[in-house]
Amino acid sequence: MKLAVMVNEGPYTHQASDTAYNFIVAALAAGHEIFRVFFYHDGVNNGTRLSTPPQDDRHIVNRWSELSKAHDLDLVVCVAAAQRRGIVDPDEAKRNGKDSDNIAPGFRISGLGQLIEAGIQADRLLVFGD
Amino acid sequence: MSETKKFMYINRRPPYGTVYPLEGLEVVLIGAAFEQDVCMAFISDGVFQLKQGQDTIESGMKNFSPTYRALGDYEVTRIYVERESLEERGLTEADLMPLTWEDEDDDWAEKPSIQIVSRTQLSDLLEEQDVVFNF
Amino acid sequence: MLHTVNKSPFESASLKVCLGLAKPGSDILLIEDGIYGALAGTIHTAMLAEATSAISVYALGPDLKARGLPEDRLIPGIKVVGYDGFVELACANDKVQSWL
Repeated sequence: MKLAVMVNEGPYTHQASDTAYNFIVAALAAGHEIFRVFFYHDGVNNGTRLSTPPQDDRHIVNRWSELSKAHDLDLVVCVAAAQRRGIVDPDEAKRNGKDSDNIAPGFRISGLGQLIEAGIQADRLLVFGD
Repeated sequence: MSETKKFMYINRRPPYGTVYPLEGLEVVLIGAAFEQDVCMAFISDGVFQLKQGQDTIESGMKNFSPTYRALGDYEVTRIYVERESLEERGLTEADLMPLTWEDEDDDWAEKPSIQIVSRTQLSDLLEEQDVVFNF
Repeated sequence: MLHTVNKSPFESASLKVCLGLAKPGSDILLIEDGIYGALAGTIHTAMLAEATSAISVYALGPDLKARGLPEDRLIPGIKVVGYDGFVELACANDKVQSWL
Protein backbone atom coordinates (compact mmCIF):
# COMPACT_ATOMS: atom_id res chain seq x y z
CA MET A 1 0.00 0.00 0.00
CA LYS A 2 1.12 3.56 -0.70
CA LEU A 3 1.35 5.65 2.49
CA ALA A 4 2.01 9.34 3.04
CA VAL A 5 3.03 10.85 6.36
CA MET A 6 2.78 14.40 7.67
CA VAL A 7 4.94 15.48 10.63
CA ASN A 8 3.82 18.66 12.38
CA GLU A 9 6.12 18.97 15.38
CA GLY A 10 9.83 19.49 15.81
CA PRO A 11 12.23 16.94 17.24
CA TYR A 12 12.62 16.40 21.00
CA THR A 13 9.88 18.80 22.18
CA HIS A 14 7.10 16.46 21.09
CA GLN A 15 6.97 12.71 20.46
CA ALA A 16 5.25 13.16 17.08
CA SER A 17 8.48 12.91 15.10
CA ASP A 18 9.48 9.70 16.93
CA THR A 19 6.08 8.12 16.39
CA ALA A 20 6.13 9.03 12.70
CA TYR A 21 9.63 7.56 12.34
CA ASN A 22 8.71 4.32 14.11
CA PHE A 23 5.53 4.02 12.06
CA ILE A 24 7.45 4.46 8.81
CA VAL A 25 10.11 1.90 9.80
CA ALA A 26 7.34 -0.61 10.56
CA ALA A 27 5.51 0.22 7.32
CA LEU A 28 8.67 -0.28 5.25
CA ALA A 29 9.36 -3.57 7.06
CA ALA A 30 5.85 -4.72 6.15
CA GLY A 31 6.58 -4.00 2.48
CA HIS A 32 4.57 -0.80 2.09
CA GLU A 33 5.67 2.16 0.00
CA ILE A 34 6.17 5.57 1.63
CA PHE A 35 5.10 8.04 -1.03
CA ARG A 36 6.35 11.08 0.85
CA VAL A 37 7.02 12.48 4.32
CA PHE A 38 5.89 16.10 4.56
CA PHE A 39 7.14 18.32 7.39
CA TYR A 40 4.90 21.23 8.38
CA HIS A 41 4.48 23.69 11.26
CA ASP A 42 7.41 23.19 13.70
CA GLY A 43 7.96 19.83 11.99
CA VAL A 44 10.29 21.65 9.61
CA ASN A 45 12.83 21.69 12.46
CA ASN A 46 13.39 17.98 11.82
CA GLY A 47 15.35 19.12 8.77
CA THR A 48 18.21 21.14 10.28
CA ARG A 49 21.63 19.53 10.08
CA LEU A 50 22.85 21.89 12.85
CA SER A 51 21.06 19.85 15.52
CA THR A 52 23.50 18.40 18.07
CA PRO A 53 21.75 16.30 20.71
CA PRO A 54 23.65 14.76 23.67
CA GLN A 55 25.50 11.57 22.72
CA ASP A 56 23.35 9.34 24.91
CA ASP A 57 20.16 10.37 23.09
CA ARG A 58 18.83 9.45 19.67
CA HIS A 59 19.83 11.78 16.83
CA ILE A 60 16.43 12.49 15.32
CA VAL A 61 17.65 14.52 12.33
CA ASN A 62 20.37 12.05 11.37
CA ARG A 63 17.91 9.21 11.80
CA TRP A 64 15.65 10.77 9.15
CA SER A 65 18.59 11.38 6.82
CA GLU A 66 19.78 7.79 7.19
CA LEU A 67 16.31 6.35 6.65
CA SER A 68 15.93 8.52 3.57
CA LYS A 69 19.21 7.23 2.17
CA ALA A 70 18.44 3.59 2.90
CA HIS A 71 14.92 3.65 1.43
CA ASP A 72 15.06 6.57 -1.01
CA LEU A 73 12.46 8.41 1.08
CA ASP A 74 11.14 11.74 -0.16
CA LEU A 75 11.47 14.07 2.85
CA VAL A 76 9.84 17.39 2.01
CA VAL A 77 10.02 20.49 4.21
CA CYS A 78 7.32 23.09 3.58
CA VAL A 79 8.90 26.25 2.23
CA ALA A 80 6.51 28.72 3.87
CA ALA A 81 6.81 27.07 7.29
CA ALA A 82 10.59 26.72 6.82
CA GLN A 83 11.08 30.38 5.97
CA ARG A 84 9.29 31.43 9.16
CA ARG A 85 11.47 29.15 11.25
CA GLY A 86 14.83 29.55 9.56
CA ILE A 87 15.24 26.23 7.78
CA VAL A 88 17.12 27.07 4.60
CA ASP A 89 18.61 25.24 1.62
CA PRO A 90 21.31 26.76 -0.62
CA ASP A 91 18.78 28.12 -3.13
CA GLU A 92 16.61 29.69 -0.45
CA ALA A 93 19.67 31.18 1.26
CA LYS A 94 20.68 32.83 -1.98
CA ARG A 95 17.18 34.04 -2.79
CA ASN A 96 16.65 35.58 0.64
CA GLY A 97 20.17 36.90 1.13
CA LYS A 98 21.06 34.64 4.06
CA ASP A 99 24.70 33.94 5.00
CA SER A 100 24.27 30.17 5.23
CA ASP A 101 21.95 27.22 4.82
CA ASN A 102 21.13 24.41 7.26
CA ILE A 103 19.08 21.78 5.45
CA ALA A 104 20.00 18.24 6.43
CA PRO A 105 20.92 15.54 3.86
CA GLY A 106 17.93 13.77 2.36
CA PHE A 107 15.54 16.68 2.95
CA ARG A 108 14.30 19.05 0.27
CA ILE A 109 12.33 22.27 0.54
CA SER A 110 9.18 22.58 -1.53
CA GLY A 111 5.65 23.94 -1.49
CA LEU A 112 2.42 22.90 0.19
CA GLY A 113 1.26 21.48 -3.12
CA GLN A 114 3.50 18.51 -2.29
CA LEU A 115 1.30 17.78 0.72
CA ILE A 116 -1.93 17.99 -1.26
CA GLU A 117 -0.42 15.79 -3.96
CA ALA A 118 0.53 13.25 -1.29
CA GLY A 119 -3.06 13.27 -0.05
CA ILE A 120 -4.28 12.63 -3.59
CA GLN A 121 -1.71 10.02 -4.61
CA ALA A 122 -1.34 7.97 -1.44
CA ASP A 123 -3.79 5.31 -0.28
CA ARG A 124 -3.54 6.62 3.29
CA LEU A 125 -2.32 9.86 4.81
CA LEU A 126 -1.20 9.76 8.43
CA VAL A 127 -0.74 12.95 10.43
CA PHE A 128 1.55 13.12 13.45
CA GLY A 129 1.57 16.26 15.56
CA ASP A 130 0.60 17.93 18.79
CA MET B 1 -4.26 14.47 -11.95
CA SER B 2 -7.69 13.23 -12.90
CA GLU B 3 -8.57 11.58 -9.62
CA THR B 4 -10.82 13.63 -7.32
CA LYS B 5 -10.83 12.97 -3.62
CA LYS B 6 -12.90 14.32 -0.79
CA PHE B 7 -10.75 16.47 1.48
CA MET B 8 -11.88 17.72 4.86
CA TYR B 9 -9.89 20.27 6.82
CA ILE B 10 -10.84 20.05 10.48
CA ASN B 11 -10.12 23.07 12.66
CA ARG B 12 -10.22 22.41 16.38
CA ARG B 13 -8.08 25.18 17.86
CA PRO B 14 -8.68 28.81 18.70
CA PRO B 15 -6.82 31.50 16.73
CA TYR B 16 -3.62 33.29 17.83
CA GLY B 17 -2.68 31.03 20.77
CA THR B 18 -0.86 28.82 18.28
CA VAL B 19 0.05 29.10 14.60
CA TYR B 20 -1.93 26.00 13.59
CA PRO B 21 -5.08 27.82 12.41
CA LEU B 22 -3.11 30.29 10.28
CA GLU B 23 -0.86 27.65 8.71
CA GLY B 24 -3.89 25.38 8.30
CA LEU B 25 -5.60 28.07 6.26
CA GLU B 26 -2.52 28.26 4.04
CA VAL B 27 -2.92 24.56 3.25
CA VAL B 28 -6.58 25.07 2.34
CA LEU B 29 -5.75 27.95 -0.02
CA ILE B 30 -2.95 26.06 -1.77
CA GLY B 31 -5.10 22.92 -1.88
CA ALA B 32 -7.82 24.84 -3.71
CA ALA B 33 -5.67 24.87 -6.85
CA PHE B 34 -5.86 21.06 -7.02
CA GLU B 35 -9.60 21.05 -7.72
CA GLN B 36 -10.50 18.39 -5.20
CA ASP B 37 -13.83 18.10 -3.41
CA VAL B 38 -13.00 20.29 -0.41
CA CYS B 39 -14.83 21.22 2.77
CA MET B 40 -13.85 22.65 6.15
CA ALA B 41 -15.18 21.74 9.58
CA PHE B 42 -14.94 23.90 12.67
CA ILE B 43 -15.41 22.04 15.92
CA SER B 44 -14.41 22.45 19.57
CA ASP B 45 -12.38 25.64 20.07
CA GLY B 46 -12.01 25.86 16.30
CA VAL B 47 -15.34 27.70 16.19
CA PHE B 48 -13.59 30.68 17.82
CA GLN B 49 -11.60 31.11 14.59
CA LEU B 50 -14.76 32.40 12.91
CA LYS B 51 -15.65 34.91 15.65
CA GLN B 52 -16.50 38.33 14.29
CA GLY B 53 -14.56 41.43 15.21
CA GLN B 54 -11.02 40.08 15.65
CA ASP B 55 -8.63 42.96 16.35
CA THR B 56 -4.95 42.17 16.80
CA ILE B 57 -3.57 45.69 16.81
CA GLU B 58 -2.71 45.74 20.51
CA SER B 59 -1.37 42.18 20.60
CA GLY B 60 0.87 42.88 17.61
CA MET B 61 -0.03 39.63 15.87
CA LYS B 62 -1.06 39.19 12.27
CA ASN B 63 -4.85 39.39 11.91
CA PHE B 64 -5.53 36.59 9.45
CA SER B 65 -9.31 36.55 9.95
CA PRO B 66 -9.98 38.42 6.65
CA THR B 67 -8.59 35.35 4.86
CA TYR B 68 -11.68 33.34 5.83
CA ARG B 69 -13.78 35.78 3.80
CA ALA B 70 -11.66 34.99 0.75
CA LEU B 71 -12.35 31.25 0.94
CA GLY B 72 -15.36 31.61 -1.34
CA ASP B 73 -13.12 33.03 -4.07
CA TYR B 74 -11.01 29.87 -3.75
CA GLU B 75 -14.14 27.78 -4.26
CA VAL B 76 -14.18 26.58 -0.69
CA THR B 77 -17.94 26.85 -0.36
CA ARG B 78 -18.82 24.30 2.30
CA ILE B 79 -17.84 25.37 5.79
CA TYR B 80 -19.40 23.23 8.49
CA VAL B 81 -19.65 24.50 12.06
CA GLU B 82 -20.70 22.07 14.76
CA ARG B 83 -23.78 23.32 16.59
CA GLU B 84 -22.88 21.63 19.88
CA SER B 85 -19.44 23.27 19.89
CA LEU B 86 -21.05 26.70 19.45
CA GLU B 87 -23.60 26.06 22.21
CA GLU B 88 -21.01 24.72 24.65
CA ARG B 89 -19.10 27.99 24.21
CA GLY B 90 -22.07 30.31 24.51
CA LEU B 91 -21.91 31.31 20.85
CA THR B 92 -24.57 31.56 18.18
CA GLU B 93 -24.30 31.86 14.41
CA ALA B 94 -24.67 35.63 14.83
CA ASP B 95 -21.24 35.66 16.52
CA LEU B 96 -19.58 34.30 13.39
CA MET B 97 -18.20 36.18 10.42
CA PRO B 98 -20.67 35.96 7.54
CA LEU B 99 -18.85 33.92 4.87
CA THR B 100 -20.21 33.74 1.35
CA TRP B 101 -19.46 32.42 -2.12
CA GLU B 102 -20.75 33.35 -5.55
CA ASP B 103 -22.57 30.64 -7.45
CA GLU B 104 -21.62 30.91 -11.12
CA ASP B 105 -24.38 28.46 -12.06
CA ASP B 106 -26.94 30.77 -10.46
CA ASP B 107 -26.04 34.16 -12.03
CA TRP B 108 -23.28 34.70 -9.43
CA ALA B 109 -25.76 34.81 -6.61
CA GLU B 110 -24.08 35.30 -3.24
CA LYS B 111 -24.73 32.33 -0.99
CA PRO B 112 -23.72 31.57 2.60
CA SER B 113 -20.77 29.18 3.01
CA ILE B 114 -21.33 28.42 6.67
CA GLN B 115 -23.62 25.52 7.49
CA ILE B 116 -24.40 24.85 11.13
CA VAL B 117 -24.55 21.08 11.52
CA SER B 118 -25.17 18.73 14.42
CA ARG B 119 -22.52 16.42 15.82
CA THR B 120 -24.36 13.50 14.20
CA GLN B 121 -24.35 15.20 10.79
CA LEU B 122 -20.67 15.99 11.18
CA SER B 123 -19.97 12.39 12.06
CA ASP B 124 -21.65 11.33 8.79
CA LEU B 125 -19.68 13.94 6.82
CA LEU B 126 -16.42 12.78 8.36
CA GLU B 127 -17.13 9.22 7.34
CA GLU B 128 -17.60 10.30 3.68
CA GLN B 129 -14.12 11.81 3.35
CA ASP B 130 -11.06 10.33 1.66
CA VAL B 131 -8.43 12.54 3.29
CA VAL B 132 -8.73 14.38 6.60
CA PHE B 133 -6.40 17.11 7.83
CA ASN B 134 -6.41 18.51 11.35
CA PHE B 135 -5.29 21.97 12.30
CA MET C 1 -12.07 4.49 9.85
CA LEU C 2 -9.11 4.58 12.21
CA HIS C 3 -8.98 7.37 14.77
CA THR C 4 -5.79 8.12 16.66
CA VAL C 5 -5.72 10.06 19.92
CA ASN C 6 -2.42 11.30 21.33
CA LYS C 7 -3.55 13.44 24.27
CA SER C 8 -4.15 12.50 27.88
CA PRO C 9 -7.85 12.81 28.73
CA PHE C 10 -6.76 14.56 31.94
CA GLU C 11 -5.37 17.42 29.87
CA SER C 12 -7.40 17.52 26.68
CA ALA C 13 -10.89 16.85 25.34
CA SER C 14 -9.48 15.04 22.27
CA LEU C 15 -10.63 11.59 23.38
CA LYS C 16 -14.11 12.89 24.24
CA VAL C 17 -14.41 14.70 20.90
CA CYS C 18 -13.20 11.58 19.08
CA LEU C 19 -15.75 9.39 20.84
CA GLY C 20 -18.46 11.92 20.04
CA LEU C 21 -17.79 11.68 16.31
CA ALA C 22 -16.58 8.08 15.82
CA LYS C 23 -19.12 5.77 14.25
CA PRO C 24 -19.84 2.28 15.58
CA GLY C 25 -17.42 -0.13 13.94
CA SER C 26 -14.57 2.37 13.99
CA ASP C 27 -11.14 1.63 15.41
CA ILE C 28 -9.48 3.94 17.91
CA LEU C 29 -5.76 3.73 18.60
CA LEU C 30 -4.36 5.52 21.63
CA ILE C 31 -0.78 6.68 21.13
CA GLU C 32 1.75 8.89 22.93
CA ASP C 33 0.05 10.60 25.91
CA GLY C 34 -3.26 9.28 24.58
CA ILE C 35 -2.53 5.93 26.24
CA TYR C 36 -3.50 7.41 29.63
CA GLY C 37 -7.06 7.23 28.35
CA ALA C 38 -6.77 3.42 28.36
CA LEU C 39 -6.23 3.18 32.11
CA ALA C 40 -8.76 1.42 34.30
CA GLY C 41 -9.84 3.01 37.56
CA THR C 42 -9.62 6.67 36.56
CA ILE C 43 -12.25 9.40 36.36
CA HIS C 44 -12.20 8.97 32.56
CA THR C 45 -12.43 5.16 32.47
CA ALA C 46 -16.23 5.02 32.10
CA MET C 47 -16.20 7.17 28.95
CA LEU C 48 -14.00 4.72 27.04
CA ALA C 49 -15.31 1.55 28.69
CA GLU C 50 -18.81 2.39 27.41
CA ALA C 51 -17.50 2.89 23.90
CA THR C 52 -15.72 -0.45 23.68
CA SER C 53 -18.96 -2.28 22.94
CA ALA C 54 -19.33 -0.54 19.55
CA ILE C 55 -15.75 0.54 18.85
CA SER C 56 -12.51 -1.43 18.91
CA VAL C 57 -9.97 0.35 21.08
CA TYR C 58 -6.24 -0.25 20.84
CA ALA C 59 -3.27 1.17 22.73
CA LEU C 60 0.28 1.43 21.42
CA GLY C 61 2.43 -0.96 23.45
CA PRO C 62 5.77 0.90 23.17
CA ASP C 63 4.10 4.04 24.54
CA LEU C 64 2.59 2.09 27.47
CA LYS C 65 5.98 0.56 28.27
CA ALA C 66 7.78 3.89 28.04
CA ARG C 67 5.37 5.27 30.64
CA GLY C 68 5.65 2.30 32.98
CA LEU C 69 2.15 0.99 32.42
CA PRO C 70 1.65 -2.80 32.17
CA GLU C 71 -1.32 -4.20 30.26
CA ASP C 72 -3.08 -5.29 33.45
CA ARG C 73 -3.73 -1.62 34.27
CA LEU C 74 -5.85 -1.16 31.15
CA ILE C 75 -9.61 -1.23 30.71
CA PRO C 76 -10.55 -4.84 29.82
CA GLY C 77 -11.12 -5.27 26.08
CA ILE C 78 -8.47 -2.78 25.00
CA LYS C 79 -5.96 -4.50 22.74
CA VAL C 80 -2.27 -3.64 22.82
CA VAL C 81 -0.44 -3.38 19.48
CA GLY C 82 3.08 -2.48 18.34
CA TYR C 83 4.05 -0.18 15.48
CA ASP C 84 3.46 -3.12 13.13
CA GLY C 85 -0.08 -3.33 14.44
CA PHE C 86 -0.45 0.45 13.95
CA VAL C 87 0.50 -0.02 10.29
CA GLU C 88 -1.97 -2.89 9.94
CA LEU C 89 -4.78 -0.79 11.45
CA ALA C 90 -3.98 2.13 9.14
CA CYS C 91 -4.14 -0.14 6.10
CA ALA C 92 -7.19 -2.12 7.22
CA ASN C 93 -9.25 1.07 7.60
CA ASP C 94 -10.17 3.23 4.61
CA LYS C 95 -8.75 6.39 6.20
CA VAL C 96 -7.04 7.69 9.30
CA GLN C 97 -8.12 10.68 11.35
CA SER C 98 -5.61 12.01 13.90
CA TRP C 99 -7.32 13.89 16.71
CA LEU C 100 -4.37 16.17 17.32
